[in-house]
Amino acid sequence: MKAAVGGYARARDLRHALELLSSADGMGRVLAGGQSLVAALNMRLTTGDILVDISALADCRGVADDGGTLRIGALTRHAEIGRDPLVRAHAPLLAEAVGHIAHAAIRNRGTIGGAIAHADPAAEFPACALALGAVMRVEGLDGPRDIPVEAFFRDTFETALAEGEILTAISVPKAAPGEVQVIQEVARRSGDYALAGLCLVRRAGRHRLALFSTGPKPMLATAAMAALDGGDTEAAISALKAEIDPPSDTQASGAYRRHLAGVLLRRAVARIEGGTR
Amino acid sequence: MTIAFGNPDRPNSYIGKTVPRPNAPRLVQGRGRFVDDITLPRMAHVAFVRSPYAHARIGGIDAAAAKAVKGVLRVFTGADIAEVCTPWVAVLAHLKGLKSPPQHALATDRATWVGEPVAAVLATTRAAAEEAASLVEVAYEALPVVTDMMSALDETTPVIHPDLGDNLAFRRLHDEGDVEGAFAGAHAVVSARFRTARHTGVTLEPRSILVDWNPAEGQLVAWHATQAPHMMQTVLAKHLALPESRVRVICGDVGGSYGIKVHVYPDEVATAAIAKIMGRPVKFVADRLESFTTDIHARDHIVDARLAVDEAGRILAFDVDDWTAIGPYSVYPRTSAIEGNQVVNLCGGPYDFANYRARTTVVFQNKTPTCQYRAVGHPIAVAITEGLVDMAAAELGMDPVEIRRRNLYADDAYPATSPAKMRFEGLSHHASLDKLVALMDYDALRADQAAARKRGVHRGIGIASFIELTNPSPFMYGIGGARISAQDGCTVRMDPDGSVVALSGVTEQGQGTEAMLAQIVAEGVGVSPSEVRVVTGDTQVTPYGGGTWASRGAGIGGEAALQAARALRDSILEVAAAMLQSEPGRLDIRAGAVVDPDTGEERLSLAELGRIVYFRGDTLPKGLPRELVQTRHFITSEYPFAFTNGVQASYLEVDVETGVVTLLKHWCVEDCGRIVNPQLVDEQIRGGIVQGLGGALYEEIHYDEEGQLLNGSMADYLVPMAAETPDMIVGHVETPTKESLLGAKGAGEAGTAGAPAAVMNAINDALRPLGAQVTEMPFTPERILRALGAIED
Ligand SMILES: Cc1cc2nc3c(=O)[nH]c(=O)nc-3n(C[C@H](O)[C@H](O)[C@H](O)COP(=O)(O)OP(=O)(O)OC[C@H]3O[C@@H](n4cnc5c(N)ncnc54)[C@H](O)[C@@H]3O)c2cc1C
Repeated sequence: MKAAVGGYARARDLRHALELLSSADGMGRVLAGGQSLVAALNMRLTTGDILVDISALADCRGVADDGGTLRIGALTRHAEIGRDPLVRAHAPLLAEAVGHIAHAAIRNRGTIGGAIAHADPAAEFPACALALGAVMRVEGLDGPRDIPVEAFFRDTFETALAEGEILTAISVPKAAPGEVQVIQEVARRSGDYALAGLCLVRRAGRHRLALFSTGPKPMLATAAMAALDGGDTEAAISALKAEIDPPSDTQASGAYRRHLAGVLLRRAVARIEGGTR
Repeated sequence: MTIAFGNPDRPNSYIGKTVPRPNAPRLVQGRGRFVDDITLPRMAHVAFVRSPYAHARIGGIDAAAAKAVKGVLRVFTGADIAEVCTPWVAVLAHLKGLKSPPQHALATDRATWVGEPVAAVLATTRAAAEEAASLVEVAYEALPVVTDMMSALDETTPVIHPDLGDNLAFRRLHDEGDVEGAFAGAHAVVSARFRTARHTGVTLEPRSILVDWNPAEGQLVAWHATQAPHMMQTVLAKHLALPESRVRVICGDVGGSYGIKVHVYPDEVATAAIAKIMGRPVKFVADRLESFTTDIHARDHIVDARLAVDEAGRILAFDVDDWTAIGPYSVYPRTSAIEGNQVVNLCGGPYDFANYRARTTVVFQNKTPTCQYRAVGHPIAVAITEGLVDMAAAELGMDPVEIRRRNLYADDAYPATSPAKMRFEGLSHHASLDKLVALMDYDALRADQAAARKRGVHRGIGIASFIELTNPSPFMYGIGGARISAQDGCTVRMDPDGSVVALSGVTEQGQGTEAMLAQIVAEGVGVSPSEVRVVTGDTQVTPYGGGTWASRGAGIGGEAALQAARALRDSILEVAAAMLQSEPGRLDIRAGAVVDPDTGEERLSLAELGRIVYFRGDTLPKGLPRELVQTRHFITSEYPFAFTNGVQASYLEVDVETGVVTLLKHWCVEDCGRIVNPQLVDEQIRGGIVQGLGGALYEEIHYDEEGQLLNGSMADYLVPMAAETPDMIVGHVETPTKESLLGAKGAGEAGTAGAPAAVMNAINDALRPLGAQVTEMPFTPERILRALGAIED
């Protein structure tokens, strides 16, 4: 199928990008790595978009040490995240997640900002951001604002980004001493979106458990987290299964996904306790 | 005329060796010429308006908005096309009782599946055609939809084609021996319901056609991604009311076909009709999304089957009840009854037993039509047969290899006729199984499996013996009245520079046909393969032939090439003998030169011979025949089909908590007769296995009850990728067919035939100690966990 695009412009800098978006009369669409958007255009799932290509915005790319946090530019590619020494040292969850995202060609172009702004409920990075307690750095013509991750994901493909805003960076707290971060998922084939997956972070004895591909958006399993904080893995598994309501599709039923979430949690706990899986 | 195939050091010994594919550099350098690469002056593009309903009456078609799109040339309805194009009915006389209604290139009054073309938009660009197609408004009146296979014949189910009376397309019962008696007296009976999912072929290059009608010449030329150009020539001529001689089908590079591109598709015929109406070239290239709803589907079967054995594990009887649903039409011209018919022909195929009953029931429904796809019917028949054999072995506490040894046809039992009345010229089941067992180190694998089990790791070994139908005679289609050639021809000529051109009726789909032909001709004439240029896929140029299907390229086309090459060799030697004042029998051709056969000493280069023949013919004796062009045709005559055989094994691990299957290794030993090119054969086997693995683990087209296709994209219809593919070890036994000098049978479908059964048996081997069993493909993680009872709904 041939895409039906309304227009294309390459932004010189952030300001230019925001102006282009605001002059597009509601039809503006940020183009980052294009790994989700171009596929949607080519299937005519969206038509008439005026594409604002932000891929040349150098300020929005790369990882910086901000003291207590890492500032990851929205345009940092998946592959770059996977090999970045700061990420590997201070947010290893993100580096591990990269191995589960798509294939090399897609990881070379796809951006973390694109993945988070796209808000696919089956994507890894949104759940990682949630598990890590990240903050989304957003820029509009009226200036910047910060959105805590808990308030960012609203529904399938829906976020707190307002019309005309651009996600510029993601700030993640650096891992505390002794902190462990793991991601577990099952996909039908290597590189496929997960049938179900989860990110588990243990920071100073407290747990954060973020699920993906088990509902309309990534979610924190708070009841399971409480049980984990209390040291009861079996109770956490039961709580997890009770607090998710996964969808059914042609790949798997909700019941299978619920079962899988329990298996993955047991494996994740085993890993943070020094097991091998 | 004999060739010492057994001697690898014989002169010109290209047959049996891996020689480079002549078209590989061109393809990897991006210099292939696929239909989509061809642009003609005044060429226009067609896009189709497709039914969003599985069954609906077509009311008015409002094209006003579509016509307003810039670049649109014309919008066509079914009635417009019907004025120049007659409908077709896909039945064959030898498939008794098969019925199907007339099918139009564009639906005229009713749409019968989601994706059926109902209107066409012609525009100067594909984008404009698509844009306009989305603006065509069709008034549909929804009609009752039939989607379920097993209730399609129920009284309460609506009849899709009232003129046909019911939803039954075809039924065949084959009954041999005393099945009931055998079951009554059996020591053990095992039974199961098997299910193979609806698949499609997912060719890398989608279906493509470019048609030019030249009224001045009265000729229609179609550049077509097809397996069977001569068949298409007939079809286009017949339905567009042209003489066959005025239709030329050219088939250049084709990006994979797997059977998908051997059928007649309404949108492709409509493209030809539009070209004829408009008097200008029209191109249609299916996009990936429309491919999912319009390329043929296959393999949608539900089978209840049982097997009776005695206490020694000897097979007493098979009883098979196969059901399949084929969509709303039998597909033209090969028909959609063949797959079910093959299941009846092939169940129990490797085994020597007496009592056999098999029935296939083929019904209509409102889904994409199904038809022949790589290994037609084989993966289903092999899954049924081998699944039951393993269940019987388990029931008797017998090793799966042992039960097969007790039942396979003995290697000296040939010729033999199976209870399904299939005739076998010569197979090698035991030699193949022995080789497989050695290759996989069966005992060591069993030890590894036992050790893994102790660690709580569940591994399984699955074996699947199979037969494969290749080299078909006219018994496949011709006797049923279809103009589909089982014969194939080859013309071989020597040019003045001593190089050779071979024109063949079999076609190149990416599988290496041209390499195979080049090396056969090279050996047959006595030149290097690089001196042979091969031309295939042009009905106005090559000898008439069948093309690519039913694994016939090497066995039929290769033999024609060999005979033509040998005939050319004889002609060359006759001239050479005159020039050298020798005798043809005292000369040979080696590496492009006429030589003394005893010493190998060069007497005359072919280039010099060519110079004399073509430019100084005056110096040759008057009346000396100097026909450096020879044509030969070949058709099998002793056996309706050349059966091949083989056996596969799978080793895998099942994660019993997640249901995920990890393939560890796969083996195949097969016997395709003479191997012309070991690498090409191994690639065919491997590629075929991967397609079979897809069927076993991933591929399944889902529909909802309204007949909407739910997973029609590469994101949702999963095909196996490199990361999922295990190492595959391929071995061979060679039992050449005696029907030809070459002795080659087919190898294109063996991998696909056996792989799903091997994987199924391996999964069940892993699950058996846990009391679980799966027989519904694909074996998704969820199906495996459900079999284990691990999921609470
Ligand atoms: C075959 C395939 C498999 C894949 N598998 C996975 C997988 O397993 N897991 C996974 O997580 N992803 C997967 N992806 C998606 C991939 O990770 C994408 O790269 C990612 O979802 C989007 O990033 P992008 O930079 O390509 O964004 P784009 O495609 O350019 O944009 C996506 C959306 O986000 C918006 N957007 C992008 N950047 C910004 C920004 N800075 N501010 C505001 N809005 C923005 C765009 O307007 C658009 O709506 C897969 C993709 C493909 C093609």
